[in-house]
Amino acid sequence: MSTPLLRTERLKKYFEVKRGFIRRSKGYVRAVDGVSLTLNRGEAISIVGESGCGKTTLGKTILRLYEPIGGKIIFNNKDITYLRWKDLKWYRRETGLIQQDPFGALPSFMTTKGILQEPLIINGVKDKKERMEKIYRSLEQVRLTPIEDFIGKYPHMLSGGQQQRLVIARSIILEPKLIIADEPVSMLDASVRVEILKLLQNLQRDYKLSIIYITHDLSTTRYFSEMIYIMYAGHIVEGASTKEILKSPMHPYTKALLNVIPDPDPSNRLKVREVPAGEPPNLLSPPSGCRFNPRCINIIKGVCDSKEPPMFEVDKDHYVKCWLYDHT
Amino acid sequence: MSSFKQNFKILLIYKSALIGLITILALTGISMYTVFSIPYDEAIKLWRAGEQYWLDNPRNAIPSWINVFSSKKSPETIIFDTQRPQHGVSKAIVQVSDRFTRIKIEFLLNYEYEDFPSELNLFLKSNYNKSSPQLSVHWVKPNGEDIILNSFLIYKEDTYYISNDDRLASELKSMISKKINGTIGYDAPIAVLLFASEDASIINPSTVNVMRGEYKLWIDGIAFEANVNLDAKLVVYGKVFGWAGTDHLRRDLGIALLWGMPIALSFGVVASVSIALIQMFIGALSAWFGGRIDSLIQRITEVFMILPFLPILIMISTFYKFNIWILLIIIIALSIFGVGVKNYRAMFLQIKEFPYVEAARAYGAGNFRILTHYLMPKVIPIVIPSIVLSVADFVFLEAVLAILGLGDPLTPTWGKIIYDAYSNGALYKGLYHWVLEPSFMLAFTSLSFAMLGFALDKIFNPKLREM
Repeated sequence: MSTPLLRTERLKKYFEVKRGFIRRSKGYVRAVDGVSLTLNRGEAISIVGESGCGKTTLGKTILRLYEPIGGKIIFNNKDITYLRWKDLKWYRRETGLIQQDPFGALPSFMTTKGILQEPLIINGVKDKKERMEKIYRSLEQVRLTPIEDFIGKYPHMLSGGQQQRLVIARSIILEPKLIIADEPVSMLDASVRVEILKLLQNLQRDYKLSIIYITHDLSTTRYFSEMIYIMYAGHIVEGASTKEILKSPMHPYTKALLNVIPDPDPSNRLKVREVPAGEPPNLLSPPSGCRFNPRCINIIKGVCDSKEPPMFEVDKDHYVKCWLYDHT
Repeated sequence: MSSFKQNFKILLIYKSALIGLITILALTGISMYTVFSIPYDEAIKLWRAGEQYWLDNPRNAIPSWINVFSSKKSPETIIFDTQRPQHGVSKAIVQVSDRFTRIKIEFLLNYEYEDFPSELNLFLKSNYNKSSPQLSVHWVKPNGEDIILNSFLIYKEDTYYISNDDRLASELKSMISKKINGTIGYDAPIAVLLFASEDASIINPSTVNVMRGEYKLWIDGIAFEANVNLDAKLVVYGKVFGWAGTDHLRRDLGIALLWGMPIALSFGVVASVSIALIQMFIGALSAWFGGRIDSLIQRITEVFMILPFLPILIMISTFYKFNIWILLIIIIALSIFGVGVKNYRAMFLQIKEFPYVEAARAYGAGNFRILTHYLMPKVIPIVIPSIVLSVADFVFLEAVLAILGLGDPLTPTWGKIIYDAYSNGALYKGLYHWVLEPSFMLAFTSLSFAMLGFALDKIFNPKLREM
């Protein structure tokens, strides 16, 4: 196995909270708190977690849209954690971002052509003909055809699905190696979701893209991701292959997440589902020990609420951050 | 593009916008015509040349189209020139001997107006060598009476200001008084004394009337050399002139009204657009970079907001007299840190969190590109109405400074005309056109921008839309 495309080591991103007239620091929101993960070339991974768990922050920190405050991001064997903006130009070409709200992600005052040529202009594709070729190719790749119908349109003239295809076209126009798809389908109609996910799946397969798929919806992960990382309150709490997680979840939080996937079988309609009570913790002052302990039904008193659990490898490539699996 | 077309169509639904747009286009068209037909240098020359240049124009004349609406027809200026052959002009030079030349010039003036001319001047030009010719100027009334106005020796270029001849005035007055057995108690101008019917009506300035018919001014000259030529030009100044009238220096107000238009429009548009764009850019800088740059810009803005704009402008223009374009730059410089910066900053603080800006960061857009290609274009459609509306403000501001006497002393502007009218007591003298014409142009210009601006506001601000 060659070197992984992307590796993060104990990556941290805290946001400082300032209040009052003199803007005194009131502490830090620990949005991403020591996340380590590995992404191989051509592989897709999912990061799953509920709102506010830091998964979006993680994605943006990997893209260096946020400045990390600790840990390391290693892309293609290069440490890019603390590179300055102007030294990151090559990294911008190697990465793409797909956002949640396609309409918001497109500048409303630009046409399709304008939107797609912006990344090319910024990254120094000076030849107009070459730019047009690339624009046409990427529109074909996302199947916004016939291209002539779309090239002069403004975002508000496109449907939600078409908008998201355009966002995808923009993210792949520089032929990146890594794409971070941050909830790419959560704002779309159920009918278009599958289409978009299949499109991403095809792109990943055809162009050997690596994708980090960030979602709150476990049911959509199986479309293309090989690995799933479950995130909770700034921590990765479980990581394993998709099959493994869906078949045998280990962390109590993962189990809870799997429990709330809607079950289409009507015979199960009366089954009582166990949903963890309470809300995600306030990341300004996270609970001591395991961050899930206040909501956990399997809590071990005196352990879970005092000591933060390490990552236990319970199976081959199956990691859990939970004291329940401490077999040492 | 098509959304622009769509908005344009909606715009035309509003009749006020249509009228505003048409008038703005008309103003722009007239401005273009003015700039091309009377170049700037020539306009300045026409406006600043000095009284010699407009000597053939009447003083303080009203626009000639007023004759269409008034029952009493005011006279137009009549010019006779021996150098330009025309009906009623004759010149005879008779070589009497090597030492004498007799010159006779006649101007036949058929005067049918109901009002008196304002002035009379006689311009003379002669090419004698040593001794000046002697002239006597005669005036023949329609009733055949011949009066010698004056006799004098002339220079090579000379002017006989008939209307300013005090001696002639008193002679005429006593002569007429004797004839009608009454006294003319008021200070009748020579133009009146020469043209009035000689009856009892002349005693009162409100009843005095014109003796209509054919007048003749003839010059009997003797030159004491051979081969002497004499040319004369008689100007009987009327009371109406051109489409705009004249001012106290006989200048054609039309030139100033025409040239005031491109100046007012370009001043207003340049000031309004550049201030809006610069404020927008500063607001965007402030919101985008945040932190210290933000604090610095906000503090500077607050300082500028409490500075009294007009007094400072008055102070600067009192100390330094400068031309209108430097004034424009100073106004822009004083306004760029205006309250607009705060408004734009508030808008940009919201816009900079939009996902598309983040996407642009993700594909490597630099700060400057974000500001100019991502933040500012988003705001421009929203502020177009206020940019259009504020054009009128700056047109007015320029006029206000000119009226206060602080504007550009050289350039003919509308404000400058009002200033001249005010300082020469136009309203006390009943010269209403002098004030009303530039005022009307100012009001008309700002009205057209206001109509367009309000309609645009309705389109871009859905809360105001009426449909």
